[in-house]
Amino acid sequence: MKVRVKFSKEGAMKFIGHLDIMRYFQKAIRRAGLNAAFSEGFSPHMLMSFAAPLGVGITSTGEYFDLELNGSMSSAELTDRLNAQMAEGMHVISVRKVPDGKASKAMALVAAADYTVTFYEGKAPAGEWEKQVEAFLNQEQILVWRKTKRSEGEKDIRPWIYKLEAAENALIMQLSTGSVHNLKPELVAEAFYKYLGQEPQPFAWQVHRGEIYADLGDENGRKLVTLESLGEIIE
Amino acid sequence: MRKLALNDEILLKIEKPARYIGNEVNSVMKDKEKVDIRFAMCFPDVYEIGMSYLGIQILYDMFNKREDVWCERVYSPWTDLDKIMREQDIPLFALESQDAIKDFDFLGITLQYEMCYTNILQVLELAKIPLLAAERTQEHPLVIGGGPCSYNPEPIADFFDLFYMGEGEKVYDELFDLYKEYKNEGRSREDFLRRAASIPGIYVPSMYEVSYHEDGTLAAFTPRYEDVPAQVEKQVVMDLDHVTYPKAPVVPFIKATQDRVVLEIMRGCIRGCRFCQAGMIYRPTRQKDVESMKEYARAMLENTGYEEISLSSLSSSDYEQLPELVNYLIDLCSEKKVNISLPSLRIDAFSLDVMSKVQDVKKSSLTFAPEAGSQRMRDVINKGLTEEVILEGAGKAFEGGWNKVKLYFMLGLPTETEEDIKGIAHLSQKIAERYYEIPKTQRVGKCQITASTSFFVPKPFTPFQWAAMNTEEQFLEKAKTVKQEVRAQVNQKSIKYNYHEADVSVLEGLLARGDRRVAQTILAAYRNGALFDAWSETFRMDAWNQAITSTGTDMNFYVHRERDLNELFPWDFIKIGVTKDFLKREWENAKQGKVTSNCREKCSGCGAAKFGGGVCYEG
Repeated sequence: MKVRVKFSKEGAMKFIGHLDIMRYFQKAIRRAGLNAAFSEGFSPHMLMSFAAPLGVGITSTGEYFDLELNGSMSSAELTDRLNAQMAEGMHVISVRKVPDGKASKAMALVAAADYTVTFYEGKAPAGEWEKQVEAFLNQEQILVWRKTKRSEGEKDIRPWIYKLEAAENALIMQLSTGSVHNLKPELVAEAFYKYLGQEPQPFAWQVHRGEIYADLGDENGRKLVTLESLGEIIE
Repeated sequence: MRKLALNDEILLKIEKPARYIGNEVNSVMKDKEKVDIRFAMCFPDVYEIGMSYLGIQILYDMFNKREDVWCERVYSPWTDLDKIMREQDIPLFALESQDAIKDFDFLGITLQYEMCYTNILQVLELAKIPLLAAERTQEHPLVIGGGPCSYNPEPIADFFDLFYMGEGEKVYDELFDLYKEYKNEGRSREDFLRRAASIPGIYVPSMYEVSYHEDGTLAAFTPRYEDVPAQVEKQVVMDLDHVTYPKAPVVPFIKATQDRVVLEIMRGCIRGCRFCQAGMIYRPTRQKDVESMKEYARAMLENTGYEEISLSSLSSSDYEQLPELVNYLIDLCSEKKVNISLPSLRIDAFSLDVMSKVQDVKKSSLTFAPEAGSQRMRDVINKGLTEEVILEGAGKAFEGGWNKVKLYFMLGLPTETEEDIKGIAHLSQKIAERYYEIPKTQRVGKCQITASTSFFVPKPFTPFQWAAMNTEEQFLEKAKTVKQEVRAQVNQKSIKYNYHEADVSVLEGLLARGDRRVAQTILAAYRNGALFDAWSETFRMDAWNQAITSTGTDMNFYVHRERDLNELFPWDFIKIGVTKDFLKREWENAKQGKVTSNCREKCSGCGAAKFGGGVCYEG
């Protein structure tokens, strides 16, 4: 049985990197006494895969990994058992059963994510920046200097910004995420500063990821659904 | 949620912020208002090293079982954070509460190797505690040292208020109870230290006076007061079956050097290798009950979630119940999908069988520690491993599919000749030959033999404590001889040779064998920028050389001279059970190449029987 675990990572835990979070969960799953499935060989490893790595320093209330389990257990019990093993700052939000097969792998599904970029006190852009968000988004192109594994150069990030709104001392965004177009919220915030003709101060904001989505849409449009909603509750 | 001592900006700028945030699984949080004693336990090296050390896990668990004590951890901030803490004047803090160490009652520092001595000063300075014990007042924590290096505490005696000699499980309760009494009654630090000095195993350097002869050797080491004992007795736990052991050790978020469950099965070693300090100071050999070991293995795996387990002892092959324990672990680990990492076992039919069950033969290597290249030299050091045994073990292993062998040797041993040195290359060659005796069709490619040499440091409380240590030049010359001899062997392409840094080894000699006057050398080196001396990337010999010159430290006196049999050593006031007479006898035996039986074959009357248990009373 494959289950999808949704969890949050906050507080001091934001300083623990992605690989260490994987190791952390492998140990937590063992402590929780879940009957995880393992690969074969001299060094068997747990069959698990994370949806989208979260950078060090970013908090989240919408992280996911898929885990292969032997036997069955209810969603409620799986959640409780895992939560009994969590360190402060980590919390398991839900555990749901998802279909087997490569196409339904969390990592392959990731299409978009919600982010909140909150400015630290005194570090928000100067002036009435909130009123400029709409105009910023209404540009035909938003060109930024982007360096990827393959190339470096001016890229238009506008198509990959699905939503951008101002909130109190914060920018709320929905961005393309995953293996095809992975747009980082910091890049959008920087582009916005540039648009305002300003330069962000170092460590100006805290980034938070709120949710990760799959796209069930077709050529006519996106249909974003949370990764959680693709699973069903195990009674 | 806890407030961290370091802000986000700092934590995101430095390497591995997880080193400094605490919050690990099984770490202990308490209400600081509800405890009487706050203890900061320090391993003066970087987090990943310190978290790998079993001793702290034992004491951390034991101290925190007391309701009135909250024991927290602290490690050396790496150089990146060190710089920031100094620039921004941030005091060193404990991981759990994130509170400043300077407000604690105790700062305990474990002394596992000499090359961490400058890190002790770093920890004190960052904590804003005066480096010299003499300059501390009522408002500073009491700084207490323990661990193997405290068996010659003198070079660092000026930096510590107290030392604990021996196994921590014994008298800490007594010390804490005394401290509470003193704190409640508002009595002075001096008062407390004087009374603490009477607790068996507690050494308070300031309670002793030292004088020297004209030639620099120690003339007298005397208590300042009548009620302070002249000798300090090592503390030993004789009932290992009922001693406290952590069932739920702290699990780090980042990969520690020792990233697994560690099961301690035995203390002490029956072998009596003459260069080995651990083999003497941890006597008598005591084994833990196999049934409780099984229980602990299961509980520790369940409480930590580790995917690997390992055994800890000085010589696991001498644990009599090893087959029973290992067979149990193989079953347990296959059920739990946990790896077994075997300690260096003596290579024989049993260990090869076990290894082939738990590791991938093609990837793993065999380890032998002959320590010396010739039989003559091995007899001098009392290393009972013969060439025949090595070749037989290697042969069996090669037939079982292994083709990688690691060999550990020492250079600079007492009485060493050129033939002994070349013997390292010759033994490596013979092992290679043994491999190529196997028909080509049955072996997998070439064999890889890695011979490594370290440089011998004569340590206190060993039969070699009187021996002279080689100079850096002598060491390097010897390493060159090995290198050339290896290149002259027929199968040289199958043999790789590595050697340890010679300059660090000589310094280690100074720090291991020094007296109270060496403290100023350490202090000067630290002031010159020496820090993390155990790391080749940060080690700075120039800082040490300057310190040696500016303080007039005589390396020949401390390191390179053979010591007189009647010389009073700085560490002689410590009683480890093993007597100086026995060590002298062994020094004589060494010079004559006479082998001494191990404790199970025949008692040699070392003195450790006075503790009333262990191997001394087996059978």
